Amino acid sequence: MKKEGKTTHGKIAGIIANLVTVEVDGPVSQNEICYIKLADIDLMAEVIKVFETKVFVQVFESTRGLKIGQAVEFTNAMLEVTLGPGILSRNYDGLQHDLDRMEGVFLKRGDYTQALDFEKLWDYTPLVNIGDVVIAGDWLGEVIENVMPHKIMVPFKFEGKYTVKKLTPAGQYNVNEVIAILTDSKNNEVNVTMTQTWPVKIPIKTYKNKPRPFKLLETGVRTIDTLNPIVEGGTGFIPGPFGSGKTVLQHALSKQAEADIVIVAACGERANEVVEIFTEFPEIDDPRTGRKLMERTTIIANTSNMPVAAREASVYTAMTLGEYYRSMGLKVLLLADSTSRWAQALREMSNRMEELPGQDAFPMDLPAIISNFYSRAGYVFLNNGHTGSITFIGTVSPAGGNLKEPVTESTKKVARCFYALSQQRADSKRYPAVDPIDSYSKYLEYPELQEYLRKTSAKIGLKKCFLPKITC
Amino acid sequence: METKAFQKIYTKIIQITKATCSLRASGIGYEELAMINGRLAQVVKIIGEVVTLQVFGGTEGIPTNAEVVFMGKPPVIKVSDDLAGRFFNAFGYPIDGGPEVDGEEREIGGPSVNPVRRKQPSELIATGIAGIDLNNTIVTGQKIPFFADPDQPFNQVMAMVAMRAKADKIILGGMGLTNDDYLFYKSVFENAGALDRIICFVNTTENPPIERLLVPDMALTAAEYFAVDKKQSVLVLLTDMTLYADALSIVSNRMDQIPSKDSMPGSLYSDLAKIYEKAVQFPDGGSITIIAVTTLSGGDITHAIPDNTGYITEGQLFLRKDSDIGKVIIDPFRSLSRLKQLVIGQKTRKDHPQVMNTAIRLYADAAQAKTKLENGFDLTDYDERTLKFGKEYSDKLLAIDVNIDIDTMLDTAWNLFSKYFSKAEVAIRSEFMDQYWKGE
Repeated sequence: MKKEGKTTHGKIAGIIANLVTVEVDGPVSQNEICYIKLADIDLMAEVIKVFETKVFVQVFESTRGLKIGQAVEFTNAMLEVTLGPGILSRNYDGLQHDLDRMEGVFLKRGDYTQALDFEKLWDYTPLVNIGDVVIAGDWLGEVIENVMPHKIMVPFKFEGKYTVKKLTPAGQYNVNEVIAILTDSKNNEVNVTMTQTWPVKIPIKTYKNKPRPFKLLETGVRTIDTLNPIVEGGTGFIPGPFGSGKTVLQHALSKQAEADIVIVAACGERANEVVEIFTEFPEIDDPRTGRKLMERTTIIANTSNMPVAAREASVYTAMTLGEYYRSMGLKVLLLADSTSRWAQALREMSNRMEELPGQDAFPMDLPAIISNFYSRAGYVFLNNGHTGSITFIGTVSPAGGNLKEPVTESTKKVARCFYALSQQRADSKRYPAVDPIDSYSKYLEYPELQEYLRKTSAKIGLKKCFLPKITC
Repeated sequence: METKAFQKIYTKIIQITKATCSLRASGIGYEELAMINGRLAQVVKIIGEVVTLQVFGGTEGIPTNAEVVFMGKPPVIKVSDDLAGRFFNAFGYPIDGGPEVDGEEREIGGPSVNPVRRKQPSELIATGIAGIDLNNTIVTGQKIPFFADPDQPFNQVMAMVAMRAKADKIILGGMGLTNDDYLFYKSVFENAGALDRIICFVNTTENPPIERLLVPDMALTAAEYFAVDKKQSVLVLLTDMTLYADALSIVSNRMDQIPSKDSMPGSLYSDLAKIYEKAVQFPDGGSITIIAVTTLSGGDITHAIPDNTGYITEGQLFLRKDSDIGKVIIDPFRSLSRLKQLVIGQKTRKDHPQVMNTAIRLYADAAQAKTKLENGFDLTDYDERTLKFGKEYSDKLLAIDVNIDIDTMLDTAWNLFSKYFSKAEVAIRSEFMDQYWKGE
């Protein structure tokens, strides 16, 4: 990032709810993470606006009891997640702290637990040879995480070409042991372990290219697959008034869709619904692996009563974990429930910073933020010829069930599949209450998908395409 | 809350609005309490030296040289078993003439429960009201509001539910209760001989509106004491959450915040969620169940308050006057309990889900027949029968004056089915038909 050596320090100069202003003594970066130092704990916060030496930070915790003049220390890093084997079957909060590791019934302020198990030994096998030239994202080795092959990659932050100088032989190692030594173009040695970190707000782009998606993704929900199918690497959204079954539909997708990895971001929703996932997923048999569904699922739970700034971060955390698994050549299904709560978190912050509001008091750049986020999904060709994908489906909770509100409209501009839930169908207890007429899938118009469907239909001996909306 | 000798007294207020005061002060903690000429206030904003306080009692008559003393702590409540049977105001001071409660001091509005420490709710709460038990069964650890127009008897229904629910403690958080309603609750609790398990935090319409903001947190912090420390099942009644939200919008308006939909603050969803999400079932048996009231204007559920509430709570109970029978009923179409699937047919008789759905389907047919009738269309024989069924179903099961157990509700429904319909029209799975069909 910005500087070497000296750490920037600051002092609290103002507090309004979870927005804190800090007077700083040195350089800071936008989105840099800092810690407010209290007597016994540190509170994590993120820079969201800078004005001369005054820095506005959003605190990921309750700000009760904070005082003017308290010390703040900047980290010179953005909000990052820790990537490595052991992410699957975990229940994280929005900042990737392991919820199961936290002590006590209540979430204690400043209780930051590590994301990975540093003790666990993994069966490691190298996939490269000494002398090979590698770049960021290339696969160096492999461990088996639950049942999924988990690639150990050249850290995404590495720039340029590296040569493999030394390799640790196959065996059992924990995530922090050095598994390879690489040399860069100037012959400097760097150690690589099984973990790396990555800032959540920056997309991981170590793939070769991102074509238009063309492969059908079976979701197991008939009304979606037959009428308005989604594709591998596609984007979709589910708007609907409360009680129309958005969450239930997403749960159905997560259970049945043809994906390798399922990441569920419960963003500002009911805690009892998250508990339902916690309770059910470890019990559900996974037809793809013969094990339990939870073994290839990660849950990011930031329920509606958890601090609002962490809610904003939670969707990015989920997306970054998705990109990590995509880089291993896996099919990731990412579900976010609900993106409206995320947008509301943005609104709360924008409001406290006294920015001029856009429609319904949402920030002016809401459409841009939403479209940037959706664009991180997609089907990619990796540098080694393998493919990976993130299929993203978000729910939208429109205020008053009115689809003419900013979040729905902004999402409609970027998401290619629209699954409209109708109150009438929900009232008559027809679930999933997807309205087949109002819903659409833009992918049906993609010649790439049409071609793929024709080939697949022919392969299984059908004279006509199996999807009614495609003519052959 | 007497002032201590070493406390600094500030006497220069630089800004006064209808709900807030600002002054220069240092060393003040965020959300700390203060006294302004004897009125309680709380820090809501600190910019440099300038501290803004929201004055719970309103700012009427506060002079610029008022004495301001900071108390060095956020709002607290003293918790102990002695809370039971007592009535308090929004600040936690007794209003029943009794002594102050001694106990462990706890900050109100504390942290939320770690979701992985929760248990999936599964204990049914029987209320005797078929509109709830049969159609919208509620369970411990659930949060559910009544959506009702101000003229509906929601306080009566809620008091009834509270008395019949087998909760260890019942905590009433009254916000903007009229004095009449407050006295009503008090007499209901006294008459039922339930005073020893009641705790009330009451803000009446006689008190300043901003005080209401403390009521839910007071009630829920007390609830957490009994649910977590004592492993008891606690039922929290919050009435009326619409007035709570109104108080939120008053404060945000005075602080010049930009309003979002329906002039509500942009943080309304988070503010309400912080309260409702305190509903919880713990694995060791303790639980907090929240039943609230959200008053509507003219049945409009798209207004920001009921709309945000609906996205947070696990369903809603919709009260409506049925003019055909002249009684208030729980509307089966617009009501929903999201957690009923966890108990019906499992903790209750196996035919429960089917009977419930069939009765609602036939009632929907009755509603259609009624529309036909009103528009002057000819009615078929089936229409005639559904109309009669609808009326009797409404009277015997949906009305809020019903008080029977769930098996009796199911039997009543079966009786109505066979009285008006053929087996084919009812179309319930044959195993249940064989067992429960009352007709030929």
